[in-house]
Amino acid sequence: MEGSVSGAGLDARLQLRRGESFHLDLSMSIEPGMTVALLGPNAAGKSTAVAALAGLLPLDSGRITLAGVTLDDPERDVFVVPEERKVGVVFQDYLLFPHLSVAENIAFGLRSRRVGREESLARAGEWVDRLGLAGLAKTKPGSLSGGQAQRVALARALVTEPDLLLLDEPLSALDVTTRVELRRTVAEHLESFPGPRLLITHDPTEAFLLADEIHVIEQGVVTQAGTADDIRLRPRTSYVADLAGVNLIPGIADDGVVDTGSHLLRIADHTASGAVMATIRPSAISVHLDEPAGSPRNSWKTEIGLIEHLGERVRLRTEAPLSLTIEITEDASKALALREGAEVWVSVKATEIGIEPDQSPVEI
Amino acid sequence: MILGCIGLSVFVVPLVGLLARTPWSELPTLLRGDVVTDALRLSLVTSLAATAISAVVGVPLAWMMARVEFRGRALVRGLVTLPLVLPPVVGGAALLFALGRRGLIGEPLNQATGLLLPFSTWGVVVANTFVAMPFLVITVEGALRNLDQRFEGAAATLGASRWTVLRRVTLPMIGPSLVAGLVLTWARAFGEFGATITFAGNLQGRTQTLPLAVFVALESDRDVAVAISLVMVVVSLTVLIALRERWWKVL
Repeated sequence: MEGSVSGAGLDARLQLRRGESFHLDLSMSIEPGMTVALLGPNAAGKSTAVAALAGLLPLDSGRITLAGVTLDDPERDVFVVPEERKVGVVFQDYLLFPHLSVAENIAFGLRSRRVGREESLARAGEWVDRLGLAGLAKTKPGSLSGGQAQRVALARALVTEPDLLLLDEPLSALDVTTRVELRRTVAEHLESFPGPRLLITHDPTEAFLLADEIHVIEQGVVTQAGTADDIRLRPRTSYVADLAGVNLIPGIADDGVVDTGSHLLRIADHTASGAVMATIRPSAISVHLDEPAGSPRNSWKTEIGLIEHLGERVRLRTEAPLSLTIEITEDASKALALREGAEVWVSVKATEIGIEPDQSPVEI
Repeated sequence: MILGCIGLSVFVVPLVGLLARTPWSELPTLLRGDVVTDALRLSLVTSLAATAISAVVGVPLAWMMARVEFRGRALVRGLVTLPLVLPPVVGGAALLFALGRRGLIGEPLNQATGLLLPFSTWGVVVANTFVAMPFLVITVEGALRNLDQRFEGAAATLGASRWTVLRRVTLPMIGPSLVAGLVLTWARAFGEFGATITFAGNLQGRTQTLPLAVFVALESDRDVAVAISLVMVVVSLTVLIALRERWWKVL
C-alpha cells in the first residue's frame, strides 16, 4: 500500500508503542478528495493515529508522507513539528480556545502563520457568515451550542487551507437529534475539502454515510478495510459484525411508510419525507416459520441466503425483497431448523426502524 | 456560635484597637514624615521588584515542575514550599550564610563584582523574593497541571510556535491563577519583615521597609507606628478585595 498515492495525497504507515502493551501499526493511503474512516472501539488507537498524523506524537517507526513531503520518518531522522505541518484537525470536544471569541478562534491559525490581524479577522469573518454564525463572531465558545461549536471547529481547521483534514469524532459530543442534523454539515465540508480526509469514529453509521473507504481498527491494527458494503456484508471480526452489521435501506418516506422500491416498510416516524436511509439492527429482526400475528409489525416472506455461525449467534442474509443481515441466537436457529434456501417469514417492529436523511456518498 | 464569635474577635479586636488608637487629625502630617515616605517608597520598589523577579524565574520554574518529568521533582516541590513554612528569620539567616560578605556565594561574588547584597536595597529584594516567590510558583504550577494540554496541541496544529502557544494559549488560559499568584506574591513581599531585617538590616532609605519602620516607630513614636500600620491595613484590604473571587476559585 505504501507509496501508492502520489501528488497531493496522504501515505502513511503509523507504528507507535505506548506503554508496555499497546502497539499501533496501521497503513493508509488517501487520495485527494477521498474520505477514509477509521472505525473502531474506544482505546483502539484512533486518537493516537490522529496525534501521530498531526505531529503531536512522533512515530517510533514507519513514515508519513503528505502532498509529496515526508513529515515523519524516524529511520531517516525526519520529523516535521506540528506547527509546520499543513494538517487541519477537528478535535474531539472541539477544543475551542475558551478565552478567545469565535472570530479569534477561527483566525488563530492565520495569525499563527503571520497573516496580519486585520486580514485574519476579515477572513475569519467570511467563515462566520458562510457557516451561518453571523452575530456570534464576538461570542466566547462557552456559550455556543454543540452544533455551533462544531462549525467553529471546522472553520478553524479549514481556514488555513490545510493539505489534510482530520476529524476526530466530530459528532460524538452531540446529542442524537443534533447529530443527524450536523452530519450533513460535516458531509458538506468533507465534500468541499479538496485534499485527503480522515474521519475518526466509533459510530458505524457515521462511517458508512460519510466515508468512501472504511478501515476498522481494533487494538492498534486494522482488522478489515474496504467500502461500506464490504464491511457490512462481509464482516471479518465479531466487532465488525456487532457494530457494523447495521442494515441500511434507501427509500422514499411518506406519512409513516418508506418505499424501498421493492417493499413498503412501516415506520413510527410520520414526519419523515423524501429520500431517507432506513436503518435496522440485525438483532431487531425476528424470523418465523409462519406468518406472524400482530399488526404494528412489518413482516414479509423471504428466502434465507447465507447462514453464518458466530458462536452463540447466527447471522442470516436475505436478498428479496430486501437485502438484509439478520442476527438471531443459536438456540432460535436450532428451534427453527434453519437452512440455506429455506422459506421463512421475517418481521421487524416499526419502532425498531431508524430513519436518517439520505446524504450518503455510499452507493448501495 | 459563641465560640465562633470568640474566634471572629481574634481578628476583629486588634483591628479595632488600631483604629481606636489612630490620631486621625494628625494623620496627614504623620504620613508625610521622612521615615514614612522613605519606607513606603522602598517597600513599593522592593516588593514590585521581587514580584517581577518572581514572574521572570518563577513561572518557568512552575512550568518545569508541572510539565517536565525529572527525578527529584517531589524534592524540588518541597524546596519551593519550604519558605512558606520556614520562619522568615531563619530564611534571612540562611541568605546571610549563602550571600553574606563571607558567605558561600557572597564572598566570591563580592570579590568578582564588588557587589554586596546584605544591608543593601538589593538585599531587601532578594529577601522578599525568597519569602514571596513560592506563592507564585505554587499557584501557577497548580493551574498548569489543571490545564488540558490538548489545547496546546490544538494550537500547535494551527501553526503556533511554542512561544505563540505560551503567549496566546497557555498564559491566557491560566490568567486568573497567574494574576492571583502575582498579587499574593506582591502582598507577601510588601509585608516581609523577618528575612529582611536579618539579611538586609534596618537602614532608613536603604533597607527600612514599612514593616521595619513600624517596628522601630513602636519604640520611638507610637503615633507614627499607628499611621504606618494603617497604611498597610488599607493596602492589604485592597488586595483582598481585588482577589476575593479569584482567591476562592483558584486556591
